[in-house]
Order: sequence, then C-alpha cells, then structure tokens
Amino acid sequence: MTPTLAKLAETAPPIIDRVQRDKLLRLSNVNLRRNGRSVLDNVSFELMQGETLGLVGESGAGKSTIALAAIGLLQGAGIDLAGEIRFADHGNLLELAESEWAKLRGRQIGMIFQDAASALNPSYNVGRQLGDPLRRLLGLSRPDARRRSIELLESVGLNDAEARLKAFPHELSGGMQQRVMIAIALACNPVLLLADEPTSALDVTIQAQIMQLILNQTRTRGASCIFVLHDLALASQTCDRIVVLYAGQVMERGNADVVLRRPLHPYTQALKSCVIELDTVTLTPPVGGIPSLDGMPQGCRFAPRCPRATAKCAAFTPPLQSLEGRHVACWHPG
Amino acid sequence: MTAIDIPSRNRNPAVRQLIAGLLRLFRGSPFFAASAIVTLGFLAAAIFAPFVAPYSPTFQDSAAFMAPPGASHWFGTDSFGQDLLSRVIHGTRYAFLIGFGAVLIGALGGLAVGLAAGLIGGALEWVLMRIVDALLALPSLVMAIAFIAILGQGVDKVVYAVGIALIGPFARTVRADVLQVRAQGFVEAAGLMGINRLRIVWRHILPNVIFPLSVQATVRISEAILVSSGLSFLGIGVVPPTPDWGLMISEGRAFVSFAPWMSGVPGAALALLLIALSIVGDGVRERFDPKLRTNGSGSK
Amino acid sequence: MSKPETLFRLLDAQKVYNINGGWSLLGRSDPQQLAALDGVTLTVERGDSLAIVGESGSGKSTLLRVLLGLTSTSEGRALYRSQEIDSLTGDPRRLFQREVAMIYQDARGSLNPRMRVTDLIAEPLRHHQLCSEAKVPGRITALLERVGLPADIAERYPSQLSGGQVRRIAIARALAAEPLVIVADEAASGLDVSTQAQLLNLLRDLQRDMGLTLVFITHDLSVASYLCSRIAVMYLGRIVETGATKSVLKAPAHPYTRALLNASPRFFEPIAETLAGEIPSPINLPPGCRFAGRCPDAQAACRQTDPILAEADGGQKAACLYPLTPGSV
Repeated sequence: MTPTLAKLAETAPPIIDRVQRDKLLRLSNVNLRRNGRSVLDNVSFELMQGETLGLVGESGAGKSTIALAAIGLLQGAGIDLAGEIRFADHGNLLELAESEWAKLRGRQIGMIFQDAASALNPSYNVGRQLGDPLRRLLGLSRPDARRRSIELLESVGLNDAEARLKAFPHELSGGMQQRVMIAIALACNPVLLLADEPTSALDVTIQAQIMQLILNQTRTRGASCIFVLHDLALASQTCDRIVVLYAGQVMERGNADVVLRRPLHPYTQALKSCVIELDTVTLTPPVGGIPSLDGMPQGCRFAPRCPRATAKCAAFTPPLQSLEGRHVACWHPG
Repeated sequence: MTAIDIPSRNRNPAVRQLIAGLLRLFRGSPFFAASAIVTLGFLAAAIFAPFVAPYSPTFQDSAAFMAPPGASHWFGTDSFGQDLLSRVIHGTRYAFLIGFGAVLIGALGGLAVGLAAGLIGGALEWVLMRIVDALLALPSLVMAIAFIAILGQGVDKVVYAVGIALIGPFARTVRADVLQVRAQGFVEAAGLMGINRLRIVWRHILPNVIFPLSVQATVRISEAILVSSGLSFLGIGVVPPTPDWGLMISEGRAFVSFAPWMSGVPGAALALLLIALSIVGDGVRERFDPKLRTNGSGSK
Repeated sequence: MSKPETLFRLLDAQKVYNINGGWSLLGRSDPQQLAALDGVTLTVERGDSLAIVGESGSGKSTLLRVLLGLTSTSEGRALYRSQEIDSLTGDPRRLFQREVAMIYQDARGSLNPRMRVTDLIAEPLRHHQLCSEAKVPGRITALLERVGLPADIAERYPSQLSGGQVRRIAIARALAAEPLVIVADEAASGLDVSTQAQLLNLLRDLQRDMGLTLVFITHDLSVASYLCSRIAVMYLGRIVETGATKSVLKAPAHPYTRALLNASPRFFEPIAETLAGEIPSPINLPPGCRFAGRCPDAQAACRQTDPILAEADGGQKAACLYPLTPGSV
C-alpha cells in the first residue's frame, strides 16, 4: 500500500463489528498475486453463522479463487497469498499447515463444484465416493457409513438410494450427479458450505430444484453457505448477503436485498441493467471489457469503463465505505 | 485476456509461442539452457567443420599412430594416425545429416500415411494402421538392420533405413492429430460454407497437424542418431573411412585396453550430444505438446 | 402486401437413431430407438426472427443440423425454398450454402486458430466470389465495423482475442457471405452478462438493419424475448408450443412453457421449484403425451393420447389436450 492509501485507510470509517461469536468467516485484506499479476486486491468481507452469501461478478472477478482459498485448495507455483481468512476459532486459514487442513476440509468446510461430471471420480461408484469421507473423516464403520450414505442420498432427493450406491457417475444425469456432489459435501455436517456456480451446467428447470435443495439443507443444519454466482437474479433469490466483485476488487457489499434493489456502485448498476428479463426492451451494457491480468488499471479497476470516473478514481483505489446500509467502494456512489 | 506483448508486428501465433516458450524454458531450467548451448555447439561444429577441425579427418599422421591426447593431437589419434578431434568434429556433420535426414523421411512418410488413414478412414485406415502396428512392434534398430540388408551400406542407405523405420511412430501420432482436428468446429464450418474437401485439408487440417508433427520430429532426432550410430557400430552402417562416431567406436574396440581414447572420445561425444538433445527435446515437448498446450490466451 | 417468402419448411420431420442394445450374458438386447426429432413441423419465413427454446434432450441441436443440411431426416421432409435440403446439388446447393450462415456455440472452436481474422472473414468472400480480390480488404473493414470491431483487429489471430471479440468475428464471417438466414446456436450463452448484452444488441441491430432472418437456439427465455418475435418451445424432440414470443411468454398455453417461465430466475421472487423429476430419456418414450410424467395438471387422457400442435387461446399453438387458458397461470 502506498503511503497515501494507508492514510486513506486510516481515515475510512471502521467496518461495523458484530459480536465475535457469530462471525463464521472473515476475510481481511486478502491479496493474491499469481506469477506477479494481481488477481485479488484487498478483498474483505464477512459471513455470519447461518447466512447465505453470494459472491457475484463476471469472469476474472476472482470469485472462484476466493472460494478455493477459503478451502485451502489454492496452490501452485507463483501463488502469493497475503491477508487473513479467519474461520470460526481456527485462526487464519492462510497460515494453516496442510496437516491441519485435514481436520477442516470436508469436515467443517464442504465444497460443491460447478461441473459435477468432472468433480466426481469416474472410476468409483457413488457408494464409494460418499462412504470415503464418512469413514475417513468421521471414522464410521462400513455398515454405519452405508446406512448414513443412504440417508444422505435420500435427503438430497435421490429415490431408490440403495440402487444408486452402486451407480457410477456417468450413469447419472447432470442433476443427479450434482445431488450426489451435494451429498458428499454435506456428509460430515460442515458448518460452511462453498458452492461454486453449482447450477451453471444444468438445465433451468433442474437449476431451481438444486438451488432449493442446497438452501433447504443449509438451513436445516444451521450451516452457512457461500454461493459463487454470475446470475444476479439468482443471487437475489437465494442470498442474504452479497459481495460484488470486479477484477479482483470488492465494489459493493451488504445485504442482498438492499444492494440489489438500489445499487449504489456504478458497476453493480451496470451489471443489474444487463440482466435480461422478460420485459426488457433495451440493454445498456458498459462499453469495453474486463481488463487483462497484465494490464490491470491503477486505482479503481472499473474506472476505465465507468461513466462517472474522474482522475481521482484512476489514482486511488476507493476504500469500502458504509453508505445507506451497505458498503460501497466508490468515490462517486449513488 | 493475456496477449503477449510483442511490439507492433503480430507474428504468427506459432512463431510467437515458440519464441516466448523457448525464452521461458531458457530462464526456467538451467539444464535446458546448458543442453541447448551444447547442442548449438555441436551444430556449429558440424556447420563449420572444415574450418574448425585442425586436420583433415582422413589425414594419416605417420608420426603419431594411436597417440594419446597431447599437444599436437588434443584427443589423440587412432590406429591409422587420424586425428580424433577432427574426426569427431566431422562426425558431427554425419550425425546431424543422418539425424535430420532420417527424421525428415520418417516425418514425411508418417504424414502421408497418417493423413491417408485419418482422412479416408474405413478399410484403408484399418489396413494402414495394422501395418503401422506391425512396424511399431519392432525396435527401430532391428527394423533398420532389416532395411540395410535390403538396401546395402553407405551414408545415404543409412538415412533411408532409419527414416523408414521412423515412419511408424510418426504415422500414429499424425493420424491421432488428424482425427482430433477433423472433429473441430472450424472444419465443419468450412464444410458448411461449401468449401471442397481437398481445400479443407490443405487450408484447415494440414496447418494444424504440421505443428505437433514438428514437435515430435525434434524429439526423434536423437533416436535417429542413436540408431544410425548403432548400425555403424555393428559394421553395417556407413563405410570406413567415414568419420561416423559409431564406426569410430567400433574401430577402437580392439584397442580399448591400451588406447581407450579411440573409442572413448567418439563415445563421449555421442553420449553428450544425445543427452543434450534429449533434454532439449523433452523441454520442447513439455512446452509445446498440443495435448498439454492451451491455445494461446483466450479467456471466456 | 405480398406474402412473405417461405424459406424453411419442416413437415413432420423425424430423426431417429438406432441405439444398439447392450450385451448381457444372454446375448444382445434389442436395439432401441432414440427419436431426437419426433415429428417437427415448422415454417420459417423471410424476415422472421424465431427462437427455438429447449433444455437438454429437446432436440434443438438436431433440428439445427437438419436445417443446415448436416443431417438428413429419417422421415418427413425438410425443405429450403421448396426443395429438399438433402438432395440439393450443384448451383442450388451453392446458393443454399451462401444464403444460410451459421454461428456456432463454440465460436472459438469454429475459427481456425492458425488463420488471421482477415483470412477467416475473407474465406467466404473468396469462396462465393462475392467481390473482386482488390475489394476484399475494404469489405473486411466494413464487416468488422458492422460488428463493432476496430479495423486493425484484422491482423490478429483468434488466440489473441477475448471471448466476446471471437463471437463478433464469427458473426462477421457469417455476414460476409451476405446470407439471407442466420442460424445461431446459443450464440450468446456462456458469456459474461455485459458481453452478452453487447452481443445481443448487435444481433438485434443487425437483424433490423439488414432484414436478416434469424433462427436462434437458446435455453434462455428472456434472450428469446429480447431478440425474436416468434418462439418455438421444444420438449423431447417435438415442438410443444409456438407463437408470438410476447404472447407465449405472457400467457403460455402449454404447462411446460409455464414451468420454464417460472423456473427462470427473477429478481426478488423466491425460488419456485416448478417441475419435479428429471427430463426423461428420449429412448422408447411411453405412450401418450411425452410431458405427462412431469406435468402437474396431467389427466388420464394425457397418458393415452399424444396431442398434436393445435390452436389454443391467445393465438399460439400448443400440443396439449388441456391447454392453459390466459389467467390460469
């Protein structure tokens, strides 16, 4: 951070503090560089217990990257991850050793991937893939694990669960594969569920079923869920809170209803105006495209495309400020 | 979008990728850099052989038969008094000549067979692939021996023999690539436009097959050199007094206990070049193998 | 006003694939039939903009291939300008290939990665001999401008361009042949919202300015509504509802259309689980209406009689024995 920015950060209003025990996940100033290029820039948000949060943005926004970081799967040469991801009472996840991750992954934090067909192992049947975490992480015996697997499959809406245990992923339809993946993610009753575009690969009638399923399951278990979505309308239907990302920066965040009904950030407004609905007559998308990783603008990354941008926007990244019940990172909100 | 920054002119993406990839390889791996330098050194020796070698390769120095490495003959001489250093340098020429020549024949032959199999399909494909399978069942050295038996000895015969032995592996990869390219959208799109088949092959399929073929070819050069040296070592490759390394090793075999440099020097040169070529070939393949390669930038 | 020219006409087109039965210890089981298209009757007139909407297994991709002549029908007829598409040869075939242009779903895959943009766009120009060689660069610049791209992009390769730009190149190439019809297979899906919006605006403007006939395959009803004046909803190989887009989407007559409508995410409305079950396999469909298994309003007759497309209230056609009436949605 440049000295000017540090000064700005000091004078920016503090983030409202909730009671410590309710906070499940808290990202503070998460910065990610990959091979020298900035992928995430000062991302901060938090998630309370029992809440659903939507990470919304277009491609390159970094939303999937955040989900992977939260489950410790962000690896590889050239990854430079800084900042804090505090989870419950486990401290900073970014500082966890791989051995400690074994207690968290699958147990406390579960993940649902976008493409069930490639996330499921094609060589093992459903029973094996479901039984694995139950036996390895929960220590269940084989018959116990089998019973629990059948329960899980039924709870995700798969009838004829016993027969399904023997099935291989390629024998199931896309919707069924996704249900199996949800069952696996929920197997050990995690408190946090990460769902990376769980329905993008599915038909729209199945999409509604699956989203409904994930919501029901998280609510009955009192768990929290982070959805990575690109569909704003879907986010409005499913999320309590929303974080709008663009090119690795948080543009706006807060209560989903508040943000989406009356967005204050020009990017959120532009995004909302691009959503086609049945009665849309005209679309006015922002001009240009997402900046390339090599050519990330200084300051606010949306500035080159923003109709309200000024010189200040290109020079200084606006901090997140509380305004009208949510947080906006903009020098000219409204 | 991650367009690599090459100022102004837009080169062909293949060339651009090649340059960028090679540069990255150089920086990334010291082994690769060292091997590349060694290979280039050998190549330079081959090109400039007459200027670099201190003696003519067939000049017999009657004052120094089987002389150990020393002042006048840096690597010593062989039983005929021929300077080993000069012979090794000239041998580089033959090594590369045979290596490139054989790979060229193999690649062209493989291209023809692979294209025919991949494009025509049906019974012809089946027949061709079974022939290729049979060819692949034999090690290339054995195959080359068989062809030498038919063709006879000599540098050119060695090139043909090794070349034909290499057609099999090339044909197989070309066919796989052809099948893969054929399934791509742009081939169907061209067909929809009404462009005739021959033109589609020439304009769309061939350019996309040549690149992976070239990568394969780079990898196979060391194999070609090794096989040809093997033939010469066995005495059925080139004829003396050609300064071929395999032949030189064979000539020095009888004297190994008291003049080890006769076999040792060409042997070391061969080993060094093959190792260097292998490392370079591996590096190139890892970087440029189409199966691992993503097509440039292209974000969503 | 003269009657608009009919371009495409499908008459009860069917496309059946024979699936070989699997092996078991007792030998090979009977071959089964997969009806990818199970009796489609469709007319596309000049100047139309038709959206074909369906989920997986609906047959929309097969329909597209039949329209383009990539697949022949097993039964029924597929006509272009009153001629069988399959049997077009020589000049009529060349004319067909020029007049009907396609934009693929995988736009990047439909462009040869080793060709520059200028060569990609010039290919149809040169092949159909639409202008002299000297005029080609001028045409290319004009086409690029039309799709909203700068002229200097002509020297680039597809791998250097973003997804949105690649789609535009594909559109430019389709336009190069000066076609009458553009058939687009999910041309705007898989893109960011803003890129998608830009592309849809482009397609709409092109269609209006150039009087193109547009056949647009999509799974998104809102996109269909934005772009096309007519809509055909497909389910398991058949058209279950067709009519003016606005009317169909405002007051759907077929329960499946209603389910699709309700399943599309809408701002601030709670998620409605509109349809239970999975899309059934098109192999060996049960008798009766193909939607009866999932239809919330299915009655006894629905499982016996296979309904045909017939007029329903509101001017659209629906294949339903008990079509919905406006107001019952």
